[in-house]
This record gives sequence, structure tokens and C-alpha cells, in this order.
Amino acid sequence: MLEIKNLHANINGREILKGLNLTVRPGEIHAIMGPNGAGKSTLSSVLTGNPAFEVTHGEVTFESKNLLELAPEERANEGIFLSFQYPVEIPGVSMVNFMRTAINEQRKYRGLPPVSATDFLRMMREKKELVEMDNKLTNRSVNEGFSGGEKKKNEIFQMAMLEPKLSILDETDSGLDIDALRIVANGVNKLKSPANASIVITHYQRLLDYIVPDFVHVLYDGRIVKSGTKELALELEEKGYDWIKQEVEGK
Amino acid sequence: MERQYIDLYKSYSEIIKNNAAQAMNAGRDASFALFDKIGFPTTNLENYKYTDLKEVLAIDFGLNIQRLPIPVNPYEVFQCDVPGIHSFLYFVVNDAFYPVSDKRNDALPEGVIIGSVSDVAKSHPELVEKYFGKLSSTKQDGLVAFNGAFAQDGFFMYVPKNVQLDRPVQLINIMRSDVDFMANSHNLIVLEAGAKAQLLVCDHTVDNVRFLTNRVTEVFVGENAIYEHYKLENTHTKTTNLSTLLIDQQASSQVLSNVITLHNGLTRNTIEIDINGEHCETTLAGMVIGDKNQQVDNFTSILHNKPNCSSRELFKYVLDDFSKGAFTGKLYVARDAQKTAAFQTNKNILLQRSAKMRTKPQLEIYADDVKCSHGATIGQLDESALFYMRQRGIPEKEAKLLLMFAFTADVIDFIRIDALKDRMKLLVEKRLRGELSKCEGCVICQ
Repeated sequence: MLEIKNLHANINGREILKGLNLTVRPGEIHAIMGPNGAGKSTLSSVLTGNPAFEVTHGEVTFESKNLLELAPEERANEGIFLSFQYPVEIPGVSMVNFMRTAINEQRKYRGLPPVSATDFLRMMREKKELVEMDNKLTNRSVNEGFSGGEKKKNEIFQMAMLEPKLSILDETDSGLDIDALRIVANGVNKLKSPANASIVITHYQRLLDYIVPDFVHVLYDGRIVKSGTKELALELEEKGYDWIKQEVEGK
Repeated sequence: MERQYIDLYKSYSEIIKNNAAQAMNAGRDASFALFDKIGFPTTNLENYKYTDLKEVLAIDFGLNIQRLPIPVNPYEVFQCDVPGIHSFLYFVVNDAFYPVSDKRNDALPEGVIIGSVSDVAKSHPELVEKYFGKLSSTKQDGLVAFNGAFAQDGFFMYVPKNVQLDRPVQLINIMRSDVDFMANSHNLIVLEAGAKAQLLVCDHTVDNVRFLTNRVTEVFVGENAIYEHYKLENTHTKTTNLSTLLIDQQASSQVLSNVITLHNGLTRNTIEIDINGEHCETTLAGMVIGDKNQQVDNFTSILHNKPNCSSRELFKYVLDDFSKGAFTGKLYVARDAQKTAAFQTNKNILLQRSAKMRTKPQLEIYADDVKCSHGATIGQLDESALFYMRQRGIPEKEAKLLLMFAFTADVIDFIRIDALKDRMKLLVEKRLRGELSKCEGCVICQ
């Protein structure tokens, strides 16, 4: 589904990703862990086409398309979804209008007619239940005045609405209390299917108790330096990242 | 360039006066004398620093000082593009109030008088004489003085004590001419104590010639009265629209002015509020959507002369291409106007480097127990919000549109006529999409 080969990327002329390789197949959950500044969020930005980042080298194919040639909205409509670490507040744009526009743009991209008003409302209702989201929130402007937890729930709500093939969860656990974490993780698990895949970027092992990964990768200094199964996450939790750093630099 | 008008006045002042209401002639010579002395405003004046009229005033405009009748019936040819507004509807074609009313205006409540200033000056001379020119004659402003010398008619509205109009009154200014043309009109609006009225003024142009309009509107808002003034401009790029709105507020009155420039050439809106009683509320809102070489200068002035009043201002501009915007928020709080609360906001988005915005808060506060604030920003669309929306599959162009539309939403919220508010949302969206250059309902344009 996703194939990243020798990816190098800069922001403001500084190289952050330095030759990253990763393969994701349908049905898989990949966790990407690593210390601060390793390039975890850069990876999610580059995959989704954030114009602040510049790819200098390497290839990314998604469903046999060259992802790097596509605009951010095209990547989204191809089925890539990013749950933002810091969801953006957009005053004046209502959640309903935002979601309807997004859904209809996706349908247009796929050659489908706009969704009917009743279908749209039914979808909204169903997906809201999935993340136990307060009705009031969808009547407000996008993320405006939402608490940290509400913003993250809103990300998963949007993910449920858009039904992506590949979802990237960037530090979805940061700023969440245990209850919110459980709700968000439940939402993610309910949306899992053999046809779609997830990349879960996280600092802590805690989230992986709820969203169980098939693979765990350690990102350090712009590269994946170690890969394993969920046991690797437990090891990292116990021993920290220093031993990885030593291992890498010792080589 | 003043010369040609000074000569015109000297040669034809008798014709001008003979074709105007007596009440409008009372101050005419004085206005002319002032204009002769100060001329048209230039950019050397602080209040006109950002509106250069030199070029447009050099144009040889025609004037209709002999008051030739209007050949079209605007009620037949003009349909307003706001469905469900159910307004009492009146027209000023160029500078003349269209004299024949329409059956939809029959339901006006008793005692309400709406007509041309010259007709009402005949039927109710005491009313016109009591108010006409009382605000405008005190202004040291070249455009107001010019209007005082040349305006021969205008729209008149009188709402008696405690009468509340439940439908908006709509005044449509249509410019139509086969040659470059200038119109001066002077409107007078009086609300007695406890009265309520909403006036929607729409500026439209019809023919593809150059137009200059110089309109002065005086409004007297009595105690406890509520007055809402909406000015919607949708004119072509060869239009110079100069308008001066002067409002006198008595105790416990409420005034809302919302001036929306959807499409224009060069526009200067001067809005001056004189608060002369306690416990007044004043809201000034405005929005500009500019592209090409359009220019809009909104100059506002609020004089807090009495204590315990509140005012707020919200103006937003979205400027593209080579358009230019200017905003002045002059606020004067007199020494005795304690407990004044005044808030002013001007926010602007420049979509291109070539667009320009000038913003100037100008607060003069002489009282010591007041709450006043002002804020002005000039910026671009929020990049992180744009990316967030694009990540959800919304194309860049559409995302920008949503952000611009959201940006203007709170100005539209200051419209208290529901039908107009709904329509405005649509018109603004169409305008931002670049689809709107005229109102859809205008059959003259088609």
C-alpha cells in the first residue's frame, strides 16, 4: 500500500529525514516511536504534502501512485488521513459545513454525486457516537474552543467520516487523559479493517496498550534504526532510548 | 478642477434653486461659499490622505440641474435580488427621487412619511425646515459643501413617535446615463422618540459610462429610537461613490450602520456619529471585498459627548490584485463622557503583495473613567488552517474561499434583516468566487 524508499526531507534548509525506508501493507498497524526531534512529525507532514517541508531525495508510492507528485488534497482524496498532533482552529467555518465540503470533495474526486442531506446527517450522527462526541461540538466552528481531548476526538470523528485507506495518527495520545485515550483508541480500533492500514506515531508505549501494533519502528536521527514487534515498545518503555542511540552511534 | 463647478454655480445658481425645494436653498449659497474657499478634498488633508480624487474630478461629468424627468419606471425594470425581503421600496434614479410610488408601499403605518425631500418640503415644510442641513452645514468638508451647493433633491423619511416599522425600507440608487454623469443628492431621515426603522440603501450602476455620486444623508435618531442603516454597494469599476452619513443620536437610542462594498470602482464612505444623549448604543460594521484596481476608504468618526454610552466598530477587508483599502476609526470621548465603553476592530486580509491596506485608529479620550480598545491587523490567510483543510481533501482554492468567507461572517452577523442576511451570505460567497459582477435580479443589466 505504502512504500517509502530512502526519503530525505528538509525544513528551512535543515535536513530532518535522512534516508527513511518503510513499507506498509493493507491491514497492518505500524507504530513509530523515537525521541524528541527524531523526525516523527516531519514524516507525517511529508507524507501528507505539507508545503513547509521539502523532499530532497527518495520515493514514496501509495497504491502504485507517486505520492510526492500529488497536492495535499489529492493525497487526502486518494485515502491518506492525518490525525494532527495540533488540530487547527478555524473560526467561522462550522464543523458541519467543513465536513460536508470535505465529503463532497472526496466524492467528486471519485466521480460520485454529492451526498444527500439526510445521508449526511445520518453519517454525522453515527460517527459522532463512535467517538462519543458531544452534539454541541459539531454545531461550532472547527476546533474553536475545543479542549485538548475534544480536538483529538474530533480528529478521529473526521477519520471515521472520511474512511481513509491509510491513517496517520500523529501523537494522538498527547494531552489526553485515560478516559479520552480509551475512547479515541476504541474509535481507531472499530475503524480497522483488513483493507486499511495505520501509522501510529507516539512517544509513549501507553497508547499501544489500546491500539496494538503489528510492527514497531524506532525513528532516530531521520532514519528507522530498529524494527520489531509490539515487544519492542515494551522494551523501549522500560529502557528508554539511550541504548538505541548508543547502538546506532556505536556502529 | 473646482473652477468648472464654481463657474457653473455662478452662471446657473438661479436654475439650480428654481428646481430645488425651498428648504434646500436656505443654506445653498453658504455651502457654495465654503466650497469656493476650500475646494475638493485633497490627499494633503489628514482625513482624505488615502483617497485621491484628482483623477476622477477631472472628468467632465454631466449634471441634471434642470431636473429633466426620468424616462424609465424603475419599479418595472428593477427587481431586487433579495428574495423575501418584503421591503417598502423606493428609488432614486441618478439624483432624483422616483415620484410614483408602488402598491407594495400602501401598507406604511399611519403618520410615516416617505417621499422626496422637495415634495415633503411642500406638504410638511416645518419638518424639513427643522432638520434639513442641521448636521451637514457644520461640516468643513469639501464634498459636503459641494453637495450643499448642487444637490436639489433626495430621499426623505419620517417615522413618528413610537411608530415601529416592521418591514425594512429600501432605497435603491440607480445610476443610468448615456454620458459620463454626476449625481448629488441629499437625504433626510427623522425618527422621533421611540420610533424604529431599518433602511437598506443599495447602490447600483446600469450603463457603461463613468459615474460620480456624491450623496449626503442626515439622520436624526430621537430618544429611545432604534435606527439601522445598511448600505450595500454593487457598482461597476467606473463608478466613484462618495457618501457621507451623518447621524445625531439622542438619549437611549440605538444605531447600527453596516456598510458592505461588494463591487465598486472608487468608494469613500464617511460615517460620523454624534452621540448627544446618555445610554446610547452605536454599532458600526463594514466589509470590503476588493480586487482589480478597486479602492475603498471607510472613514468613521464617533463623538461620545455624553456619559454612559457604548460603541463598537468592526470592519473587515479582503483585498486582492491591486486593490486598495483604507479605514479610519476616529473616536472622541469628551471630558464629561465618563463610563464610555468603546471598542474598535479592523481586520484585513491581503491576498496578494500588490494589494494595499491603510488602517488608522485615532482615539482622543478626555474622560478618565472609560473603557476603550482598538485593534487592527493586516495579514494573509492562515497557512496552517489551509493545510488542515487540504489534508481533508478540500482543494486549495475552495479552502481559501471557506477561510475568506469565515473571515467576513461576523460582519454579516451584524445584519438584522434575516432575508438580507441570508442573501448576503450567498452574494459574498459568489463575489469571493469571482462570479458576481452585478445583482442577478437586475433586468436593466441584462
